[in-house]
Amino acid sequence: MDCPEIISGIKKKLPGFNAISVLRDYPDEICIKVDPKVFKDACLVLHKLLHSPVLMLFALDERIKLNKFEIKCVFVNVKEGQWVIVSMDIPQENPCFDSLAKSIHSATLFEREIWEMFGIEPKGNPDLRRLNLHDEVWPQGNYPLRKDFNKISGLAAGEYKFGKVEGEGVFEVPVGPVHAGIIGPGHFRFSVAGEPIINLEIRLGFTHRGVEKLFEGRSYPEAIKLSECVSGDSSFAHSLAFTQALEKIFGTSVPTKTAIFRAIFLELERMYNHVNDIGGIAVDVGFGFPAAYASIIKEAILQLNEKLTASRYLKNVNTIGRVLTEIDEVKKRMLLESLERVKYDFNELVKILNSSVSFMDRVDTAGVLRRKTAEDLGVVGLAGRASGIPTDLRRYFPGAYKEAKFKIVMQESGDALARLKVRIFEFKESCRLIEEFTRNSAGSQNVNIHKELRQGSALGYAEGWRGPVLYWIQTDSAGLIERCKIVDPSFHNWQGLSYAVLGNIIPDFPLCNKSFDLSYSGNDL
Amino acid sequence: MVTRHIETDLSIKIESAGNELRSSIHKKFGRSLHIREIDTGSCGACESEIISANNPIYDLQRFGINFVASPRHADCLLVTGPASKNMLIALKKTYEAMPEPKFVITCGDCALNGGIFKDSYYVEGAVKEIVPVVLHIPGCPPNPLVIMRTLLSFLQKGEVR
Repeated sequence: MDCPEIISGIKKKLPGFNAISVLRDYPDEICIKVDPKVFKDACLVLHKLLHSPVLMLFALDERIKLNKFEIKCVFVNVKEGQWVIVSMDIPQENPCFDSLAKSIHSATLFEREIWEMFGIEPKGNPDLRRLNLHDEVWPQGNYPLRKDFNKISGLAAGEYKFGKVEGEGVFEVPVGPVHAGIIGPGHFRFSVAGEPIINLEIRLGFTHRGVEKLFEGRSYPEAIKLSECVSGDSSFAHSLAFTQALEKIFGTSVPTKTAIFRAIFLELERMYNHVNDIGGIAVDVGFGFPAAYASIIKEAILQLNEKLTASRYLKNVNTIGRVLTEIDEVKKRMLLESLERVKYDFNELVKILNSSVSFMDRVDTAGVLRRKTAEDLGVVGLAGRASGIPTDLRRYFPGAYKEAKFKIVMQESGDALARLKVRIFEFKESCRLIEEFTRNSAGSQNVNIHKELRQGSALGYAEGWRGPVLYWIQTDSAGLIERCKIVDPSFHNWQGLSYAVLGNIIPDFPLCNKSFDLSYSGNDL
Repeated sequence: MVTRHIETDLSIKIESAGNELRSSIHKKFGRSLHIREIDTGSCGACESEIISANNPIYDLQRFGINFVASPRHADCLLVTGPASKNMLIALKKTYEAMPEPKFVITCGDCALNGGIFKDSYYVEGAVKEIVPVVLHIPGCPPNPLVIMRTLLSFLQKGEVR
């Protein structure tokens, strides 16, 4: 479905539909502006037509220059390798819009975020509880992402109301925000009858730092640094998505060599996190030996990262138009040697896990997330692939991955074992990809980077190890950030966890949680 | 398998740092130091490095340092993150739940003064304004060897009751 095809696709379901404008500033984006009266229906049609969940739904405060708010909704058209962005203007006198939540579940959390950050009411959304601005500390009526927000007024008073399950023998188990391990803070409210979990409500936001507001007004070097601190274990994926958005706006093209370096680093990040999670899953079922084994492999990859880029977490590597540390012949040899050792040890690790019947018994059928549930919730990335959804940006926006013949890794059962298997096969695939990438020795990075610091907006994206990291950026005429909307894959996937644990016993919760291993800070921003 | 992935000089550094740390902990706390970790808004990198400090290569546990599940079992509170407003109550309660003698160590640039988040509308910044902090481990994130060495030089100076 090409540009006019999408419009005719919408017209078939909505006779009389007309877009106010259709823009194609970049080959991978189509921006459709519509009247607020048809926004909800147009989004619903696109959601069904493209089989895409709502990947981003956010607001912009344009009242200073244009006397309006704007709302944008992003879908992905995987057939064409294109992002479809639908937008509408909201009058400043009456900040509200028709909620999409009842028809498209994946819009729900985004609408709550628009409400708490901008004060634009999603009319008809059954749940208006605030996500990140906790009632106990932040008074109502203060909307921080509005441009005229300065300081808070009023007193905070309030309590977050959890859903209640009533019945004989049903009791509530609250866990968090501080957890027993070394991990981020989050609150889990279980309703249990005996051991099996009847309901789990997850309340996050404890690591909210107001990141999106901090981006505003920054120039790109400081902003790239900030993007690396949104979610520490995905700092490369975040800085990559951010940098690519700016490269689109500034008109910077990137040679194959740079794309290949970036792909190598992205896969290294994927590898150390996958082996970390495999170890974590073993810890959470009390199987210490492979957990220790896995942690050594993770350390080996972090040290490899440091030898390649001077940073264990691949920080300070991306910038506009290039990567700051190249992989020359010496580094390439060292990389390939380390990979051989890592691959050998990883295979040993998998053998240990496979040979333990009691371990396999724990992970098999634990924490099942069914495909239909995952699709409705908009679950993306690793958790989606483990439930049978072919969601992977490396397949639909291949870039450097095309020549390396990237193969998507999927499972069908959606349980902890499936998520474990996806990690195992992806680790091996990442090793293979890195070897393919290093074989390509043609070309070089650009020495003179063309970039025009100008006004514009674009969507940057990268398939991080948990899933797609999306950055929508708007710049002013000096090239400074005016609005930065970040969606980490964890934002979608936490909901998946709350459904996956149903019916499982509470002692299996750490296992289920670790099998997802979602980011608290990436979710909360 | 352990030694295959690390080089000799790093191995020597870890051993020497670790042995001195062990005797310091022995003197001050009679063989062990129990730490409770709390994340007040960190990006997760500090947590990842603290967990790495417990892997077989650095292995803080063999020198007497244990991470415990409850503040009730802890001698020391290790705080990461720029103190997001949503975590203030939890931070104070966790500190109050620890029995005496107790002390607080901050880990990572964010916990010192908010780091890169210090001007945010939602961040308190310096953890030392909320609970009394006796030591700071610098870095973004501090690597496991830095964590071990900073703990060591602090314990050697004998600033803890």
